[in-house]
Amino acid sequence: MKARTRVVGRPYAKIDAAAKVTGQTKFADDLFLPRMLHCKLLRSKVAHARLLRVDAGHALAMPGVVAVATGRDLPVSFGILPVSQDEHALAIDRVRYVGDPIAAVAAIDEDAAFDALDAFEVEYEPLAPFGSIDDAIARAEPRIHDYGDGGNFHKLVSMEFGDTAKGFARADRVYDDLFFYEGSTHLPLEQHAAVADFGPDGKLTVWSATQTPHYVHRALAKVLGLPAARIRVIATPNGGGFGGKSDPFNHEIVVAHLSRVTGRPVKICLTREEVFYCHRGRHPTLMRVKTGVKRDGAITAMHFQSVLDGGGYGSYGVASTYYTGALQTVTYRVPAYRFDGARVFTNKPPCGPKRGHGTPQPRYALEVHLDKIACDLGLDPAEMRKSHLVPPDSVTANFLRVGSMGLGACIDKVIEASGWRERRGRLPVGRGLGLACSSYISGAGLPIYWNSMPQSGVQLKLDRSGGVTVFCGSIDIGQGSDSVLAYVVAEVLGIDPFDIRVVTADTDLTPVDLGSYSSRVTLMTGNAALQAAERARELLVEAAAAKLAIRKARVVLADRRVFDVEDPDNGMSFADAVVLAESKFGTIGTVGSYTPPPSPGRYRGAGVGPSPAYSYSAAVVEVDVDPETGIYTVPKVWIAHDVGKCINPVLVVGQVEGSVYMGLGEAMMEEMAYRSDVNGNVVHKFPSLLEYKSPTTKEMSEVVTFLVEDPDRNGPFGAKEVGQGPLLPIPPAVANSLFDAVGVRVDEIPATPEKVLAALKLAAAGKTARVGPTSFPDVPYPPPMRVLTPEEGGDGRAGAAAVASRPAAENSKNESPETASR
Amino acid sequence: MEHGENSAPPERSKVHVGFHVNGEPIEAAFAPHKTLLEVLREDLALTGTKHGCELGECGTCAVLVDGRPVLSCLYLGLECAERRIETVEGMAAGPSLHPLQKAFADLGAAQCGYCTPGILLTAKALLDGNAKPTLDEIKEALAGNLCRCTGYIKIFEAVELAAAWMRGEELQPRRETLYGTDYDESGLLPVVR
Amino acid sequence: MMRLPKFRYYAPRTIAEAIAIRVDAGPDGAYVAGGTDLYPNMKRRQQTPKVVVGLSRIDDLRRFEEREGRLVLGAGLQLSEVENDPRVRSRYPGLAHAVSEISTPPLRNMGTIGGNLLLDTRCNYYDQNYEWRKAIDFCMKKDGTICWVAPGSPKCLAVQSADTVPVLIAMSARAVLASRDGEREVAVEDLYENDGIDYLRKRPDELLTTVILPKPNGWRASYRKLRRRGAFDFPVLSVGAAVWLDGERVAAARLVLGGVASAPLRLSSAEAVLDGRRLDRESIEAAAAAAAGPSRPMDNTDFSFFWRKQVTSRFVARALEDLTRPSA
Repeated sequence: MKARTRVVGRPYAKIDAAAKVTGQTKFADDLFLPRMLHCKLLRSKVAHARLLRVDAGHALAMPGVVAVATGRDLPVSFGILPVSQDEHALAIDRVRYVGDPIAAVAAIDEDAAFDALDAFEVEYEPLAPFGSIDDAIARAEPRIHDYGDGGNFHKLVSMEFGDTAKGFARADRVYDDLFFYEGSTHLPLEQHAAVADFGPDGKLTVWSATQTPHYVHRALAKVLGLPAARIRVIATPNGGGFGGKSDPFNHEIVVAHLSRVTGRPVKICLTREEVFYCHRGRHPTLMRVKTGVKRDGAITAMHFQSVLDGGGYGSYGVASTYYTGALQTVTYRVPAYRFDGARVFTNKPPCGPKRGHGTPQPRYALEVHLDKIACDLGLDPAEMRKSHLVPPDSVTANFLRVGSMGLGACIDKVIEASGWRERRGRLPVGRGLGLACSSYISGAGLPIYWNSMPQSGVQLKLDRSGGVTVFCGSIDIGQGSDSVLAYVVAEVLGIDPFDIRVVTADTDLTPVDLGSYSSRVTLMTGNAALQAAERARELLVEAAAAKLAIRKARVVLADRRVFDVEDPDNGMSFADAVVLAESKFGTIGTVGSYTPPPSPGRYRGAGVGPSPAYSYSAAVVEVDVDPETGIYTVPKVWIAHDVGKCINPVLVVGQVEGSVYMGLGEAMMEEMAYRSDVNGNVVHKFPSLLEYKSPTTKEMSEVVTFLVEDPDRNGPFGAKEVGQGPLLPIPPAVANSLFDAVGVRVDEIPATPEKVLAALKLAAAGKTARVGPTSFPDVPYPPPMRVLTPEEGGDGRAGAAAVASRPAAENSKNESPETASR
Repeated sequence: MEHGENSAPPERSKVHVGFHVNGEPIEAAFAPHKTLLEVLREDLALTGTKHGCELGECGTCAVLVDGRPVLSCLYLGLECAERRIETVEGMAAGPSLHPLQKAFADLGAAQCGYCTPGILLTAKALLDGNAKPTLDEIKEALAGNLCRCTGYIKIFEAVELAAAWMRGEELQPRRETLYGTDYDESGLLPVVR
Repeated sequence: MMRLPKFRYYAPRTIAEAIAIRVDAGPDGAYVAGGTDLYPNMKRRQQTPKVVVGLSRIDDLRRFEEREGRLVLGAGLQLSEVENDPRVRSRYPGLAHAVSEISTPPLRNMGTIGGNLLLDTRCNYYDQNYEWRKAIDFCMKKDGTICWVAPGSPKCLAVQSADTVPVLIAMSARAVLASRDGEREVAVEDLYENDGIDYLRKRPDELLTTVILPKPNGWRASYRKLRRRGAFDFPVLSVGAAVWLDGERVAAARLVLGGVASAPLRLSSAEAVLDGRRLDRESIEAAAAAAAGPSRPMDNTDFSFFWRKQVTSRFVARALEDLTRPSA
């Protein structure tokens, strides 16, 4: 049942839209404070080395230089995850990628700071660098970090839900495919920037373009050794985030330190090249997926293996690793499931969470794999998927609780609109259609630091003038989260969203929200705002009911009035109602909190994957291939997204379109490419906006968007996420459309024209028309942790008995003989 | 040796330049190697002009010089002598948004808003010379402005909408623009007004 | 923020004045017109002139006139002015098309036709920030001694990347260079040297003042460009084609490849294939096949060099097919 609403569901402008279109929005680099100094970072020129000496003395003597800093000034480590506190604000004795910060300078202007960088003397003792997954697996020494799961493995995991061996044995066919998904980066147009001001009162204020002011707050307190109570972090509106501003960063800590030592405000704005070095983007991921199916496409068992190229530091990598194996089960029924995951360290900028965090790679692999299976079984890929959907209100083999599930409706929308049944396989040579589906979390069930506190808090202040102010720690990164707060509160209090003032992302003024990541904000802050607003509404209703001499149930708040539903003329203005309430109860302020419901999974690793609600998407892509060159375009995309309920449909459509765009960029051209062949160094091939290919207006497809609303009981008004999920089906749908168009399989993203032509040439030579990885490395995955599925009566815990009852590990290289090899 | 009137003495000393910014005469003194981008943001406090690469590879810093879009990151401040500069701060007429600004706000064509100033100005130059551009003409005019948030679609739609408004048509946004295709509106209560 | 290094800037009003300043500056000087090539290079410290001679205020570089049926373009005309000029569009559609494919609209409002002809050669090892180049220990084009594209190479392999050049050479355009010693007119083709560092046969103090387009009668020209995206990107393979027809037969053909060497590459063997033949599918395919051999792209641009070589003949064929269409 849909909630009936007045404000929610309407295509309002964003509350900050006027500021954005007039250039009034203050981004971090737009802040200029009196006496402000400018900071530059000296970055490593060597991919992997011991630092023997960093001499800053000469730099300090350069004109205009006020202060310098090196690693010894900031010896405490930090990192986003408690399990991988492996970063230093400035390298102390080791550098791990070209671009790793070594020293910093604060000067009277940016020119002086830049000129001083060449005056530092750095002595490196180069170590053999690791440029790829293969490198990191092949050589255990020298280790990039002295922690992890041995050699240069940062993380190795293996888990099995149910009995996959039995499942494969029960299958009519078993399919086994390899895929590779290249790394890509967020490329927000706003370069990271931060300003720090350490005041004479001993208090520090840091403004930063961050998606996670709460975690910046934690990192600053830890590294600077200051009480968190003396640190104020203000996240400035992000000029694009996409996950790239979700870690605490070196530069944020460094400017805080330099402000502390100089007593002056210090600013840093990274260059575009440095933004590439901050990275934290999509992990390059090699994948193997083996699936047993019945003739009708029903999955009997799945074994998914991944290896992630993590770059030089941990970042979110442990979570990313688990995410490559978590969400395979929430779209189509998988009764028995095994996942082996690995993350290696390499000497490249660290990878982390980019839109879809760890799930676009396995989703691509899975959806292309299923397309191959459907083709092989002679089934319509759309019908095959629809026949085996995960039912709503169910628990998957790996104990993810699915609530609302609108994927079937999404598939219907896009196959209908694209003419899938009539056109697929029947278009002229070179043109084709491809379908893929996906799902994504609406926030993670568990926070990064496990605790019992809410993940999101909202405070509401009602003023006797009728003014309403919402305070929340969330940060608007362009997705409209500030506006969501206003819409939700306006809906409940019956006022106009533009009447409301929203104060966000200031650790001094606003209650904690964990940040704008994992598509959590609409659901979590929305619920917290809903609770705070309902509590305020209750006060207003009680005061008004007494005044109007009616039962509370008859009091309605709408149209900036509070009135009797049975006699609408009998009422008062919203402001008058606040005056009544304040007279009766004193100062009016309410709070709301949100904590996700507990997840049924209790096994180690069960923290990744659970979510209060899952969004679903289906997309059909039409492609136009030039078979002589392999060059192709995507003229049109049909996409349907189950968002639960639109808080604001025009913003939801905007998120869908933006996701399609980013998915197309990854599918077709974007690539974090490195050179390992120059001077024994590993360098980013072209850290620039010209050579990192972000699609322009000319590449963007026509997009037909369908919003499907299957409300989830956990979402505010039923709302689920939209910011990330719609990216996921695009890369596999592109790959599948290439097969329909020219009969080739590109099992590697990006699917560049070179690869398409190479596959076409193979086809012309009578060989298998496929390009992609041909082998999977020998990864020492541990014996799987075994968990009985809900169907088997499992309680969500790993069973010691189950582990003992079966052989420790099936060698992943020796699959059963029925494995179809294609 | 005789040099042109904009010749600058060496090194740190500043040049003194007069030009028009958003219709107002301005005189400023700045180092001769400063770009228009730096002069606007740092010397004139007009931070509405953004930057994404400072190398001409993204279009974020576009402003209008004598009515034409140029990239302020590759344009010397002192080359602006006697020229007319328009930045995003000059688009609105007093408190009234320019039709492009209103359309961008209404349709959510500004998500993070960072590329928005450059795109608005480039679109303004287009509409100033072409009252009814085709979709292809809009795409071509904006081909030098990267946006990472929107996929450009809301931007195209906003330019079309603003163009119609500027032609005096009372066009409403398309339903599909606001709700997607086939949206079920049964959950909406009438707005009480 | 990437910032320019400090320099002296001069804005002369006449060609003679500009040349005088440039001569005085010696090796520390540079001309700048639109700045879209030089300023990014200066910000990345690939070029660090101490004296920059701005050409934007020289009226004589902004002439746009017809002379005995030829169209004479001042080198200082903005690319967008050339692209949108009705005479260029109607009489030289191949050139208009090539100009329209350069970079982006705002950059075409800044960059000049002369600047495009003299565009610095490009390379993935060279078009990088100072810090990046330092990390690989620099290359011979700037601050280093080696060519990282081919470490055994005695010369720099940076790539000719100007969109207008292949088509201007194909259509036999000419250019005027001015210096203290007066003016000299040369074929555009003779401006280039196949050397990534010394890629111009122009003395540094010589000023490109004029580009002369031949009479538009009796020939057609076309341009095809390979790039990843429909804007921003430089050509990583380009084809300029022109044919002079004698009735239905090809009297002369000129085919020029860009993006595959440090200079534009004339495809004389492919040109010879077309001599005296009708421009039809068969002759086009034969010429395209002959173009594949000489195309030897290096691994220093976008896309794989192997594939760029593979698709060369397709791009040549399509440039020639364009010439069979009446709009060409």
